[in-house]
Amino acid sequence: MPGNIWVVAEHWQGSPTDAAFEALALGRELADGLGVALEAVVLGSDTGGLAAALGAADRIVAVDHPALSDPIGDVAARTIAALAAERRPEVVLVPITNLGWDLIGLLPARIGCPMVNFVQDASVVDGRIEAASLVYGGKMSTRVAVPAGPAVLAVLPGTRPAEAGRITGPPPVDRVAMDVDPGLIEFCGYREPEAGDVDITRQDVLVAIGRGIGGQGNVELAEELAELLGGAVCGSRPVIDQGWLPMSRQVGKSGHQVKPKLYLALGVSGAPEHVEGMRDAELIIAVNSDPDAPIFRVAHYGVGADLLDVVPELIDRLEAAGKR
Amino acid sequence: MKILVLLKMVPDVVEELEVAPDGRALDTEFLRLIVNERDDHALEQALLLREDAGGEVVVAGLDAPEVDDVLFSALAKGADRAIKLTGFPEGSGAPAVAGMVAGTLPSIDGLLPVDLILTGCQALDDLDGMIGPLLAAALDLPYLGLVAAATVEDGGMLVSKEYSGGVLGDFRVELPAVLGIQAAAKPPRYVPIAKVRQAMSTGTIEGVAASPAGPAPSIEVIEMTKPESAGHAEMITGSPSEAAARIAAVLTDRGLL
Repeated sequence: MPGNIWVVAEHWQGSPTDAAFEALALGRELADGLGVALEAVVLGSDTGGLAAALGAADRIVAVDHPALSDPIGDVAARTIAALAAERRPEVVLVPITNLGWDLIGLLPARIGCPMVNFVQDASVVDGRIEAASLVYGGKMSTRVAVPAGPAVLAVLPGTRPAEAGRITGPPPVDRVAMDVDPGLIEFCGYREPEAGDVDITRQDVLVAIGRGIGGQGNVELAEELAELLGGAVCGSRPVIDQGWLPMSRQVGKSGHQVKPKLYLALGVSGAPEHVEGMRDAELIIAVNSDPDAPIFRVAHYGVGADLLDVVPELIDRLEAAGKR
Repeated sequence: MKILVLLKMVPDVVEELEVAPDGRALDTEFLRLIVNERDDHALEQALLLREDAGGEVVVAGLDAPEVDDVLFSALAKGADRAIKLTGFPEGSGAPAVAGMVAGTLPSIDGLLPVDLILTGCQALDDLDGMIGPLLAAALDLPYLGLVAAATVEDGGMLVSKEYSGGVLGDFRVELPAVLGIQAAAKPPRYVPIAKVRQAMSTGTIEGVAASPAGPAPSIEVIEMTKPESAGHAEMITGSPSEAAARIAAVLTDRGLL
């Protein structure tokens, strides 16, 4: 008999995150497929208010402890590993977010079990769980046979709609009293980003640049295009890492979630951590010299060419059309 | 302070990737490997920390084609010592590799104790686990990943982690510790090829055979496939000028011009 399906229901500022609801929706399917219970694991120092939102689960396993009030993956991993050793879940689904990042890496190590990372889908096949993962920055798909439990599945954002897991409850809550070692890491606080730059989440038009922009000298080409289109320039991780754009312009996992009317992606490969920040844009047009670039799987229109050839032509055309 | 930086090679995904004949892995025949980008940031952060606090930077690379170039380049950038860890059985997953590395470090002459182990917080082939946290757990050291800033303070480190929307979380961690670096405080430094050549003629890479370790958790890949790239996008073909015309037409249709 397989164990239950666990979902780590991460929460931010008092509410479960969208990623937690998405994972709950996927977990619900797996639990039903195996005929076992879906349990939401909730850690914190005051989790009582969270249960009402977690109706997708059959039961909540809650640990409240002062040492769990801060977002320290090390402490969370030890706590969940101790629970898992006792209760033997089949799989533990952990959303891939910055909030849960350390937990994803540490939990399998602390449990001593296998993990499957970058999971974009999972299903029950002949009584066993199979996971589909995106690897190599989204350029390859794999199907993985998930070993008998426990195993950790790290789930990419967008696997299921958050709405599918957002069911009001509350399910029964199993409050677990346990000792939690605060460990050697101390949380000092959050820092909000410095204000003052363009807020890319409020732009109707975004011209996004990625590694394909080639160098700082080409950024002004994107700026010129953005100006003609009445929008702003944003970028993916490599561009921010190189210092070609400030962090306030980053789209994706560590940056912003944007939903503009137009997202013009120039030289952006479309790695999953970028795509999660822009996949809901109304119109996505991608220009990339790599015809296999994953960005073409989310784009509505694609051009398989070097942006440095296409963008000047586009600028000329917009100028000729009297945009300036 | 003494810092160990762990580096690994990963496929360059800018190149075309092909599936191996067994249908379960990448075809390595024409595969171009580059250093994991985050590991390069980890090396940079280590060099910056040494500039501030003094000490020693040791780089250890997991054996793979082209890793020698990366290790010589690390020496040229200023690393004090370069080690190549060899002898990982083919197909070893992340948990097995981390277990072997953890078991091998104590046997390397003059290496331990180190104050800090830095590695990239992620790699695009981390299908079955991430080396940093696996190693931290094996060595029973604290771990923080997604690190975007790190400074030494009173025998510990002040570390900033990235959250979404540009929010940073600040932490203090006791040393020794393992940090998974997302981004160094500055972009990784450029090293001229002449300096790398010089490191190749005057520097040494110490080869160390990794010690066998006990069984480690593993997963079974049933199938690897290339996702259909253009599954969604309507691909616009033609010259750059024709493509630009078509984009402009789409924008006009949508009322965006």
